[in-house]
Amino acid sequence: MTVLTTPAGIATGAADALRKRPGADVAGSAFKWLLIGATVFATGFLAVLLAVMIVDGWDVLSGNLWYFLTHGFSQRSAGEAGVWQGILGSLQVALVTGVFAIPTGVATAIYLVEYAQGNRFARIVELNIRNLAGVPSIVYGLLGLAVFAQTLRGFSGGTTAIAGGMTLAAMVLPIVVITSVEALKAVPDSLREAAYGVGATKWEVLSRQVLPAALSTILTGTVLALARALGEAAPLILVGAATGFMSFGDANVFETFTGPYTALPVLIFNFARQPGADWGVNAAAASVIILVLVLAVNGLAIYLRNRFEKQW
Amino acid sequence: MTPEEAVMTQESDASMPDVAQSGVSGPGVSESGAVVDGMTSPGPRIDVSGAAMGHTRADTQTVFRCDDIHVYYTDFLALRDVSLDIAAHEVTAFIGPSGCGKTTFLRCFNRMNDLIEGARVEGSINYHGVELYQDEVDPVEVRRRVGMVFQKPNPFPKSIYDNIAYGPRLAGAKRSELDDIVERSLTRAALWDEVRDRLKTSAYGLSGGQQQRLCIARAIAVQPDVVLMDEPCSALDPIATGRIEELIAELKTEYTILIVTHNMQQAARISDMTAFFSVQANEMGQRTGELVEYAPTSLIFTNPEDPRTEAYITGRVG
Repeated sequence: MTVLTTPAGIATGAADALRKRPGADVAGSAFKWLLIGATVFATGFLAVLLAVMIVDGWDVLSGNLWYFLTHGFSQRSAGEAGVWQGILGSLQVALVTGVFAIPTGVATAIYLVEYAQGNRFARIVELNIRNLAGVPSIVYGLLGLAVFAQTLRGFSGGTTAIAGGMTLAAMVLPIVVITSVEALKAVPDSLREAAYGVGATKWEVLSRQVLPAALSTILTGTVLALARALGEAAPLILVGAATGFMSFGDANVFETFTGPYTALPVLIFNFARQPGADWGVNAAAASVIILVLVLAVNGLAIYLRNRFEKQW
Repeated sequence: MTPEEAVMTQESDASMPDVAQSGVSGPGVSESGAVVDGMTSPGPRIDVSGAAMGHTRADTQTVFRCDDIHVYYTDFLALRDVSLDIAAHEVTAFIGPSGCGKTTFLRCFNRMNDLIEGARVEGSINYHGVELYQDEVDPVEVRRRVGMVFQKPNPFPKSIYDNIAYGPRLAGAKRSELDDIVERSLTRAALWDEVRDRLKTSAYGLSGGQQQRLCIARAIAVQPDVVLMDEPCSALDPIATGRIEELIAELKTEYTILIVTHNMQQAARISDMTAFFSVQANEMGQRTGELVEYAPTSLIFTNPEDPRTEAYITGRVG
């Protein structure tokens, strides 16, 4: 390359120097293709999984979907088994989880961010909560069995949907706290100062400015946490979700909270371990149903986020 | 906001050289030449009346009387030994290089520093005879009387109307009064004609200059006594800045205005009194701000007493 020292030299060399050179940024293009490859692999993997589930479960999904959705579990034959109890149980468990996890988690986050304001205590609590989010779910199952199903038997009624929901609430609580903490931290201080500046009290700043501003993110986080709880099987098996035939008898909806229960993921586990190919069809179909349920919940999260989103 | 952030956000321009380090004046020597030993001895009281300099300000009333103000962020001394009086219906400007504590000082007047974890104000700020920093004083009530406009326009994510009505509603204004308050405040802030047809639309639809005037309208909607302005024009273009400056000149007939500015020409244009702050680093490298000179603006820009002031305003430093 010529050394360009004078303006005239720069001008005469410009046509040559400015021309695109092939192979100038090999590393850059290679990295881009690597990234594209990773993306294709990740999404392709999920697509194959979904396709396999739908193909495997097609007999049930296309033929007697309505029967499958509206009937309970049957030990006798795969054709007579349905997931109705699982859907009902999962919704009950999710409801209990939400009732316990959301208020506690959001309140904890508000305290940590707005009141403890990053003092030593808050930092220690936050660190521990972040660690708790990584604890395997089976450990929460053991906790649920020991605490919610046995110690608190008087309240939960033993191994019931209430105990199961509380167990999952303990499991998703760290997620609810962390997402809410992040949501509150994302509210700019300028908004708080603006409210304080016109003579708002702490409560007024919190209730009228900060919480509304953080609401969409908090909602998204908590709904996603619920979606995770919806798909969880291991802790529920420990806390007594029924894996066999279950009869509600003439119990009403409220009584089913304190009776035997099951949940969709547990049912799938149960279908899958039965011998025979027709049970496998049931497992695949039930998997598709739980996937649809979880996607619906995630869709709700996206809707809520867009609905309440605030910009600054 | 952590103390570190608070210090950081006071000034965005960190490239500004430090007056104290430029060797204009030796450390520990105050403007009157008296040796000040450390931070404990009170600094010389600076005469606000201006009479000594042939300036008559006889009909002014003192709003704030500050004595020996020290501000700490946890253990860090951010501002040392400030004593000055603020007169009613005047524009008082705080100028000085980055990190000299002028924003920190401004935030003392409505107890905004209370919100920063670890911030502590020592000394006395007397507001119409009431000691601001005593336990019996309700900071919320202080902020209703001493409003604030911030560096970056920070409207609420609400409609223009609700932005203005927010403060009066908190103060218990009746629904029937709100329309009047909103119109009066927006008119006073020279924004009414531009937004009268879209009061119910989001405040984020306004331009930066309009948003800042909205913030001024919001501040005066609660009928404060004093308005604090923290570099209100630093995020605005020259035309929007000009409009805000005109507005400040009009508002001082009703309100006492304290303004922090980076822009010396702005201070010269709009203020009646100017306080020049400087910053001095101790042996551990901690930079503490201090008041160098406080005088009528016309004097400080034509005949500054302290060589550090002169160096700053003539552009030899900063």
